[in-house]
Amino acid sequence: MTTGIAQKRSTTPAAVRDDSLTRGLGWASAALGASQLVRPGAFARGLGVADAPRHRLVIAIVGAREMVAAAGLLGRPHPAWLWARVGGDAMDLTLLGRALKNHDGRGLRRTVLATAATVGITLTDLYAAITRTRKGKPMELRSSTTVAGRPDEVYGFWSRLDQLPMFMAHLEDVRVTGERRSHWRAAAPFSRDVEWDAETTDDVPGQRIAWRSLDGADIPNSGQVRFVPAPGGRGTEVHVTLTYDLPGGAAGKAVAKYFGEEPSQHLDDDLRRFKQVFETGEVIRSDGAPRGKRARAEFPQHPARPLSHEERKEVLT
Amino acid sequence: MKANCWVSPNKVEVNEVPDPTILNSRDAIVQITSTAICGSDLHLLDGYVPTMQKGDVMGHEFMGEVVEVGPGVDHDKLRVGDRVVVPFPIGCGACYACQNQLWSCCENTNPNAGMAEKMFGHPVAGIYGYSHLTGGFAGGQAEYARVVLADVNPLKIESDLTDEQVLFLSDILPTGYMGADMCEITDGDVVAVWGAGPVGQFAMDSARVLGAANVIAVDGVPYRLEMAASQGYQTINYSDTDVRSALLELTGGRGPDKCIDAVGLEATHGAAHVDLYDRAKQAVRSETDRPHALRQAITSCRSGGIVSVIGVYGGLIDKFPAGSWMNRALTLKTGQCHVQRYMRPLLERIERGELDPTRVITHRLPLAEAPHGYDIFKNKQDRCEKVVLTP
Ligand SMILES: NC(=O)c1ccc[n+]([C@@H]2O[C@H](COP(=O)([O-])OP(=O)(O)OC[C@H]3O[C@@H](n4cnc5c(N)ncnc54)[C@H](O)[C@@H]3O)[C@@H](O)[C@H]2O)c1
Ligand SMILES: [Zn+2]
Ligand SMILES: [Zn+2]
Repeated sequence: MTTGIAQKRSTTPAAVRDDSLTRGLGWASAALGASQLVRPGAFARGLGVADAPRHRLVIAIVGAREMVAAAGLLGRPHPAWLWARVGGDAMDLTLLGRALKNHDGRGLRRTVLATAATVGITLTDLYAAITRTRKGKPMELRSSTTVAGRPDEVYGFWSRLDQLPMFMAHLEDVRVTGERRSHWRAAAPFSRDVEWDAETTDDVPGQRIAWRSLDGADIPNSGQVRFVPAPGGRGTEVHVTLTYDLPGGAAGKAVAKYFGEEPSQHLDDDLRRFKQVFETGEVIRSDGAPRGKRARAEFPQHPARPLSHEERKEVLT
Repeated sequence: MKANCWVSPNKVEVNEVPDPTILNSRDAIVQITSTAICGSDLHLLDGYVPTMQKGDVMGHEFMGEVVEVGPGVDHDKLRVGDRVVVPFPIGCGACYACQNQLWSCCENTNPNAGMAEKMFGHPVAGIYGYSHLTGGFAGGQAEYARVVLADVNPLKIESDLTDEQVLFLSDILPTGYMGADMCEITDGDVVAVWGAGPVGQFAMDSARVLGAANVIAVDGVPYRLEMAASQGYQTINYSDTDVRSALLELTGGRGPDKCIDAVGLEATHGAAHVDLYDRAKQAVRSETDRPHALRQAITSCRSGGIVSVIGVYGGLIDKFPAGSWMNRALTLKTGQCHVQRYMRPLLERIERGELDPTRVITHRLPLAEAPHGYDIFKNKQDRCEKVVLTP
């Protein structure tokens, strides 16, 4: 019998995955740690301190610490390892400060230089740790529309998750994988798909549905849809809130850029198409915007003139 | 097929383009038998409507025979072989707007609704051959057209009325009629209509049909005023007459009870310096529309009256006489025509002989001569009032 953990996905936060600064610091730790462990005496001389057994021991301990940090940063990157380096830097600066204070004068220049270099490294580590830890601001999008139908009908349409990609521009497909579980796939910038598993967190037929992505999502996200009877028998108001936990740094910027200057516009368009599909049966195509739900990506548009045979094949497949 | 395409401001060209095909399941393909050039096309020609693209097929007034229907078309409503007039705004029949007969404000048929929303605050329906702001749908100055949601929009013609008798149900007859309908005409009303183009002419006919005691036409083109006069309407030529005093005189000092603007954003002005002011603002885009007729309609209307605007405006206007409008309890009513609302009752009026839409047709040209048609229609040459094209 096996337990179900073998398939568990890595939970490397996006901010440090494939991040060159994190990797660079990892290799720096490895190089420094190796030389400290292998030749602690030579290292002590390089620092301008006496090659005493006590110094060698301290240097070897510091070297071991660097090797652990290197293994962490390169093997299982996480901002915590960057903070570990910052802690190590503080320790090194304390040691160097003590060495400077008790210095006998021989090799003082080298010790001063080493201290200056360590200050530089500390600043780099601090920068990396802060920027890789900082949570991007969660991006919250809201939009609403009114649809001609009773709340239970409109709810029923939305709760068939596999239909969402019909009108939501970014979604490739949604599969129901369990009682409250689903697997989502979305097109992301640079044609790399983003996938995640989601669980339904709230589900009151005719009133609301809410979900959130499970651990390991590339972009943690959650959403809620409320269905409210519109006044005057005008059908159902659909109120949608989506929240994306954007990573900081470059990845976050790319995602934000993908959503455009006005990310809520995309959600508005998605809801407009939801209404179209609910009320007319499909997403309306025009000669200028023949790609249906991908219409927004088409700028400049195709001229308002019938598509050629080849163009038609291309946009309809 | 051949189609009349927009090339650049002031240039249209008849070109070979692909035949239309079914893109949505409720589409139909119509082989066009008659199509027309509209005053709205002139706004596109002149470059006043943004989001036109080179190669866009023009034309939103067309009719013909259904030659293909998509798999989703309700066969009780439409079949191959049916003869249909196609309304210019595309409705869905299901949304709140359509359900309430506000077809040109349909909430579902404009794939570029986001664009229109930026421009207008809320989106508007898709329209054939009328820029990408209204969806980017190819128009009907062509041999064939794709008709969207074909089981709710086109009007089937089952009698033996000629194309020329029913073609204008696609736009200008309902538009003129809506202009008069919005006036809520009651006994004794005097109705003044700015613009004696085809739309204005039909607004005048409709005002009379709806019971106006008197109809006054205001324009600056003598032969168009003559056409109005031939129907028994009073006329004022704004290029040689002071419109305000003439209107006061014709209404015993009261001013017209109801005023219809059938001119729109390219109005010209009798006084050159006023015209120049708005043209200059238009050129630097600090004003997109020239509202001479609208301003005059507002200040001329009697207190408590209705100003009905069917002339098209696209963006922003300057020097809107808000004080006159507000202090004198005027009502302003507007809209792109909700054609589907009026098509059937107007078809019946045509059948009963109460309205004769053919009276405005002055030119019948083959589709290949569309650019020439635009030219004479725009420049008021050869006494041109309305051009019908045959593919
Ligand atoms: N609301 C709608 O659904 C709808 C539908 C069709 C057309 N339209 C609009 O109706 C308007 C008229 O259409 P048309 O086909 O009759 O066009 P048209 O260009 O033939 O007619 C406009 C007439 O207005 C006259 N005019 C210009 N300046 C004037 C002024 N200051 N005072 C009085 N008359 C003036 C012109 O000489 C011309 O005869 C256009 O703006 C068109 O876009 C609206
Ligand atoms: Zn028109
Ligand atoms: Zn509608």
